[in-house]
Amino acid sequence: MRIVVAVKQVPDTAEVRIDEERGTLIREGIPSILNPFDTYALEEALKWRDELGGTVIVVSMGPPQAEAVLRESVSMGADEAVLLSDRAFAGADTWATSHTLATAVEKMGNIDIVLTGKQAIDGDTAQTGPSIAASLDWPQITFVGNVRELTGKHIIAERYVEGGSEVIKSSLPVVVTVLKDANTPRLPSLKGKMRARKIEIPVWGKDDLELSEGEVGLDGSPTRVVSIATPETFTDGQIHHGEPEELAKLMADSLLGTEDS
Amino acid sequence: MNYYLSEELNDIKEICAGIAEKHIIPVRALLDEENRFPREIVNAMSDAGLHGIYISEEYGGSAEMFGGGSMALCIATEELSKACGGIALSFAANALGAMPIMIFCSEEQKKKYLPDLASGAKLAAFALTESDAGSDAGGVRTKAIKDGDHYVLNGTKQWITNGGEAQIYTVIALTDSSRGARGLSAFIVEDGTPGFSYGKKEDKMGIRASATRELIFEDCRIPAENLIAKEGYGFIVAMKTLNRSRPGVAAQAIGIAQGALDEAARYASERKQFGQRIDSFQGIQFMLADMDTQIEAARALTYSVARMIDAGEKKYDKESAMAKVFASDVAMKVTTDAVQILGGYGYMKEYPVEKMMRDAKITQIYEGTNQIQRSVIASALIKETAARRK
Repeated sequence: MRIVVAVKQVPDTAEVRIDEERGTLIREGIPSILNPFDTYALEEALKWRDELGGTVIVVSMGPPQAEAVLRESVSMGADEAVLLSDRAFAGADTWATSHTLATAVEKMGNIDIVLTGKQAIDGDTAQTGPSIAASLDWPQITFVGNVRELTGKHIIAERYVEGGSEVIKSSLPVVVTVLKDANTPRLPSLKGKMRARKIEIPVWGKDDLELSEGEVGLDGSPTRVVSIATPETFTDGQIHHGEPEELAKLMADSLLGTEDS
Repeated sequence: MNYYLSEELNDIKEICAGIAEKHIIPVRALLDEENRFPREIVNAMSDAGLHGIYISEEYGGSAEMFGGGSMALCIATEELSKACGGIALSFAANALGAMPIMIFCSEEQKKKYLPDLASGAKLAAFALTESDAGSDAGGVRTKAIKDGDHYVLNGTKQWITNGGEAQIYTVIALTDSSRGARGLSAFIVEDGTPGFSYGKKEDKMGIRASATRELIFEDCRIPAENLIAKEGYGFIVAMKTLNRSRPGVAAQAIGIAQGALDEAARYASERKQFGQRIDSFQGIQFMLADMDTQIEAARALTYSVARMIDAGEKKYDKESAMAKVFASDVAMKVTTDAVQILGGYGYMKEYPVEKMMRDAKITQIYEGTNQIQRSVIASALIKETAARRK
């Protein structure tokens, strides 16, 4: 079994602020982390590799410092890592990103599954996984909360959808996006950390992937983020003290607009 | 303070911090209340590769990677103890059980026992204390009588950490009652040996997640090859083992103290009285400053001793006693002050500092009471002074 896990380095959203003038996230001074949803995808990959044997390859597209999340993945147990990094990749939207990732998966060869988190916590699009499948022309199972069965030939997985779950069987190769219900990610081991420090991580650029200018980065992106803004927050709530009956009446009056009656 | 730890030692620290956050903090109060051994957490430590950090690579460990094993053991024990001194002890007591094997055993014995301890497949425990033998190891009454190619053990060991949970026990017993401390010998006894059973599990003040039990030997026959070193070496085995392990107790104490300071400092920054944060009051500030300084001093001393051991120094009984005494006294003081800073909340079980205060107390008592340690330090000092006078 050869499993690819596509991971992303994201800013720790708890601390992110928005530059409203430029319509971008302010990333300076914000710690970067491995996208939390991707840790579930990675754990799922490691779990099945431990059971079936094989190789887990983590891949990420990003600036050189995104190497950190690949090393973190190796410390948790991934066997190999590849960084897709090139100035030409800058400004990529989800289409260009997934096209680049899909091309890397093709270059790796003989991949049975691509796993990724259901979405990244910065962009929140949930498009990259499905779009990798589209680009590779592979089947996809999104929002997977439980992988019931995985063999060399097929996968049976439960999609958690609103109000229930859907059990899907698919042939391989396949792209699967994973929810946090799927597992509990393991902690890094000492051996893993040692390996993570020493492992050579190849960096593939546009030319290594034999991609043209028009397919990658800003030039290869059909969409643009026009603006980004923080939603308005309302802080003019009121606090009342008193007996339950009194407060209930106050609230009912306020909701019904009968305050003056 | 920056101790310029190697990348490898920082790895240990990070891994232990991860285990503490994910596995220990959520359950520490429950395990304390239920007096329950943290089996799942000890297994998580095995998965992380922690049990091998003080054992040589030759026997499946990774001590060489950390420049020896003493600093590695201290770093791990300290980091785990920040979250729970009892759970950390379930880890550190293995080192105490393994040390007689590491220091005194034959190549054959090491190959037989150490790999399982390094992987965490088996746990170890060290058994010296009896009802009449604590600080005075000469009071050991458990007998080991040679019978052909076996020894027959009879007697009861008391307050054995990891008792009933470990599979490999290093036991000090009397082989020649006419020779006092020189009549003691050390043995390896495996769980499941006929005639070896466990007595009552103790109900303790603190470190309640750690198992403390009696070991009962009734005509327990063990192969003669389980003797450690030679007959009559038991006292030396026990003393050298404890000298080596004491920085670990110091590290446990430092961890407990740091955990308590972290809680107290955070509380003081949030708690408001008289309309202001209580850490704006000089009375609280001076307490926090002293706590922080004392912990750092204890850490600096303890790391220095651990590094001395890792560097191959042969004699460090005085220094290891100093680290243990100082760090454990600091832990008792700091945890008591942390409870004081949290006030009424500190006294309640809903907050973790009362447990830290209960956990800290044992570090002044076990592996040689602080009074005995002071005797060790004083007698070394007197000897040094006498040597200088010549």
